[in-house]
Amino acid sequence: MIKNIGWLTTLGLLPLLGALVIAALSPKSVAAAKRIAFGTTLAVAATAIAMAVKFQIDNVDFQFVEVHSWIPSFGINYAVGVDGIALVLILLSVLLAPVVVLAGWNESHGGRWSAKTFYILLLVLETMMIGVFSATDVFLFYVFFEAMLVPVYFLIGGYGTGKRSAAAVKFLIYSLFGGLLMLAAIIGLYVLSGKQGGHTFDINALSHLKMSSTTENFLFLGFFIAFAIKAPLWPFHTWLPDAAESATPGTSVLLLGVLDKVGTFGMIRYCLTLFPHATRTFTPVILVLAVISIIYGAFLAIGQTDFKRLIAFTSISHFGFITMGIFAMTTQGNSGATLYMFNHGFSTAALFLVAGWMASRRGSSKIADFGGLQRVTPMMAWAFFIAGMSSLALPGLSSFVSEFLVLVGTYTRYPVAAVVGSFGIVLASLYVLIPVQRALHGPTTPGNESLPDLNLREKFAIAPVLAVIIFLGFYPSPLLKVINPAAAHTIAQVGFTDPAPRIAQVGK
Amino acid sequence: MNTFTAPVLSYSLLSPILIVLGGALLGVLVEAFLSRSLRPIAQLSITLGTLVLAIVQLWRIRGASSLTAAMGSVAMDGAAILLQASILIIAILGVMLTADREHFTVLAASLPGSSEESQSLTSGEQLTEIYPLTLFAVAGMLLFPVANDLITLFVALEMLSLPLYLMAGLSRRRRLLSQEAALKYFLLGAFSSAFFLFGAAFLYGYSGSLSLAGIHDSVGSSNGNNVFLLIGIAFLSVGLLFKVSAVPFHSWTPDVYQGAPTPVTAFMAAATKVAAFGAMLRIFYTAFANAYWDWRPLITVIAIITMLFGAIVAIAQRDIKRMLAYSSIAHAGFFLLGVIALNKAGLDASIFYLFVYGIATIGAFGIVTLVQDSSGEVTDLNRWAGLGKRSPFAATLFATFLLAFAGIPLTSGFIGKFSIFSAAYESGNRAVVVVGVLSSAIAAFFYIRVIVLMFFTDPIEDGTTVVIPSILTRITVVVAFVVTLFLGVFPAPLLNFISSTAHFIR
Repeated sequence: MIKNIGWLTTLGLLPLLGALVIAALSPKSVAAAKRIAFGTTLAVAATAIAMAVKFQIDNVDFQFVEVHSWIPSFGINYAVGVDGIALVLILLSVLLAPVVVLAGWNESHGGRWSAKTFYILLLVLETMMIGVFSATDVFLFYVFFEAMLVPVYFLIGGYGTGKRSAAAVKFLIYSLFGGLLMLAAIIGLYVLSGKQGGHTFDINALSHLKMSSTTENFLFLGFFIAFAIKAPLWPFHTWLPDAAESATPGTSVLLLGVLDKVGTFGMIRYCLTLFPHATRTFTPVILVLAVISIIYGAFLAIGQTDFKRLIAFTSISHFGFITMGIFAMTTQGNSGATLYMFNHGFSTAALFLVAGWMASRRGSSKIADFGGLQRVTPMMAWAFFIAGMSSLALPGLSSFVSEFLVLVGTYTRYPVAAVVGSFGIVLASLYVLIPVQRALHGPTTPGNESLPDLNLREKFAIAPVLAVIIFLGFYPSPLLKVINPAAAHTIAQVGFTDPAPRIAQVGK
Repeated sequence: MNTFTAPVLSYSLLSPILIVLGGALLGVLVEAFLSRSLRPIAQLSITLGTLVLAIVQLWRIRGASSLTAAMGSVAMDGAAILLQASILIIAILGVMLTADREHFTVLAASLPGSSEESQSLTSGEQLTEIYPLTLFAVAGMLLFPVANDLITLFVALEMLSLPLYLMAGLSRRRRLLSQEAALKYFLLGAFSSAFFLFGAAFLYGYSGSLSLAGIHDSVGSSNGNNVFLLIGIAFLSVGLLFKVSAVPFHSWTPDVYQGAPTPVTAFMAAATKVAAFGAMLRIFYTAFANAYWDWRPLITVIAIITMLFGAIVAIAQRDIKRMLAYSSIAHAGFFLLGVIALNKAGLDASIFYLFVYGIATIGAFGIVTLVQDSSGEVTDLNRWAGLGKRSPFAATLFATFLLAFAGIPLTSGFIGKFSIFSAAYESGNRAVVVVGVLSSAIAAFFYIRVIVLMFFTDPIEDGTTVVIPSILTRITVVVAFVVTLFLGVFPAPLLNFISSTAHFIR
């Protein structure tokens, strides 16, 4: 069995190994725990990059496939593999992990438990993030999907601030509720597959199942509601601002940057490919929800007085864009959505990390408590400014490319949704520029005169994030090359073809 | 005058039950003749030895599939072996909790508050009747799921119930509450036994036979009076549903779980569920299988009510034992899905889930016995606050058991829930699966609330401590913990074993 361990399993096992080493340390050796955690996440990131290099871009099948029998009496396999979309999301997870560890070097100090526990939870979470994106067995996916709630729950409830336990419980209950609905749908798939040639959870086999349209619609909803809670889409979003406000900045980065992507990833991987007909049926409704999310999230972001809640609401708006791109049913929309997931991960990471530093220096995350940071802490102010600009999708920064692709991709099939959705961009400039103006510019307000600027560790943490944002803003094609074939394949599986350009038709 | 035919008994097939009964009788003799100081250790060794011997014997007859054990009155088949093995394993763990005599009254016959009681307390010499009582109950439980005619079923039902009524009243602390629980359990239990007998009589009137196979044949030929069949099924079900604590026959559960000494509660909650559902599965899968059109709607409704009621009412509980009682009611609803499924998958799933639920239940109550203050166990939930700080060991284990009850992946409870839900879905009962999933979500809320209390709330300094567990208690909870996690990750061997072994003969 040992010799059959492939790339993805190695990737998943590495963080667990680090967690075990940390568990063996004495509770006093906090510094060692931090170094081991950082080293482990770096090693995982390096391994993932080495794997990504070997990825064959033009191959639309799953790659790095591994299948081991797990529970044969239910037809359950430990089956992993990645396509372009999953690869990008795994890269996102493993690249953000070391950043989070480095940026939040002292995050574990305010917790209920030791720093050791914090890093064990974090590393276990990393394993599960890798697992959830690489699973090609629906049951295995579900196991990771649910099991990853546990470390996040303890990270929020144990190391957060404010009403952390209430926020953690709210997060868990929402997610469990969605997850259990999905479980019912998974059982439905399982039973159907049993009637059509043997129990299986293999995603490829399940995508060929025949089912009545009523069944398909119900099963689709089981999956979709779970993902809509996770993503989160209006009206399933209310847990997110609380969780983001209470969690430590590092946890928030992983929560909004990676975990919530499981929702949108699941929509592509499971809703679209398993239930193509139901997808067509529900697309109009989902687009309406997506557009509402875009506008609603943006409006509420404008009204927030707290940085962390503000970022949470901007994310709801951004997830609206991603969902819109997914259900636009065009290659451009779908690739745009995937690229958006990656970019949103980085720009949210930058925003949360800088906001977290600001909050820990000032002892408050209220926007009103800041003012004139540009003068006192220029580095921190610039970092926040660039992250904010990326969040409002300024051309030249990475989010612009993906937002543009999503809007273009949507417009070719659903122009009304695209037009209404694009108002989100206007609102985005408000929700970013208002806090930027209040907190960074203007006279230095009392209490901010002696805030220290970024230290060396923080600079090292934020620099790669900003570099990625700027680099992908100018040159997104390395990622798009990986994403495009997978996105086109997904759209073809659902049975859509990209609409022909209008001008060309008129020209005929 | 009829000639008397001597019954032919297959002693080897009956041996697990006989061994346990023999051990129980030996225990009675020990209680009568051995000096008090030697009794505890002697009783404990006899009880554990008996149970282990019974398991060994069960392993030797594991391939059996025969009705000839006792002239057709006992069916030893694959399902029987598995259910008996589950009961024995759970009983061993339960007895290991019982060995902590701190929880039991010194002299059960003394009146609470009497001078006799205080005298017996100061003498420090404790009666150990709990062990033979446990073995008698285990013997009844072993017989209940293998009984193949209605008389044997009734005898087994009484045999398992009567010792449990007594055991529920043996608590050392809060004796009045404990005795009240015992009396309540006894009265309601007797009442439900009457229903059971009444139903048996109607079924006899319908089919002219007391054996499950005979009833099955009558249902198949359907020349009898259908009204008698329906009344028979209904009353028999009342008796069974009472034992599994399904709503609306659940009202004894919280009081008895709370009042009984916690090791007894653990044993009772885990083993009775296995035995009673084992019997229920046998009756419904063999005798009533062809009448499913008659009973399935009713049992479905009861399952739905039970799942929802258990989950919702548990939220309002402030006492850990009462909360676990309502959780067990909700689980009774989940197990009923296995009865409704009426297929091979349902049988396999039920046996697996009953076993893992029993193990986790023993573990959970085992932890409850450890949380104490100067006056005994602390079951008030508010005083469990901050348990994670006081004892990470106890809190982590308890959290794991709760997560297993909630059905979180990588615990055995998830595999159990998945398999039983999928069996019910496969049989076409989709609505009930959706209700099951929703009540799991509701139930998750109160399990998580306890976890929040243990880990995220600061402890109150009121003398609540986690006592150092005795070696046997420690082994019990650790074994339960390991099994719960192991079967969550590697359930395949056990599932394969169950699915290749489990079957009912008629």
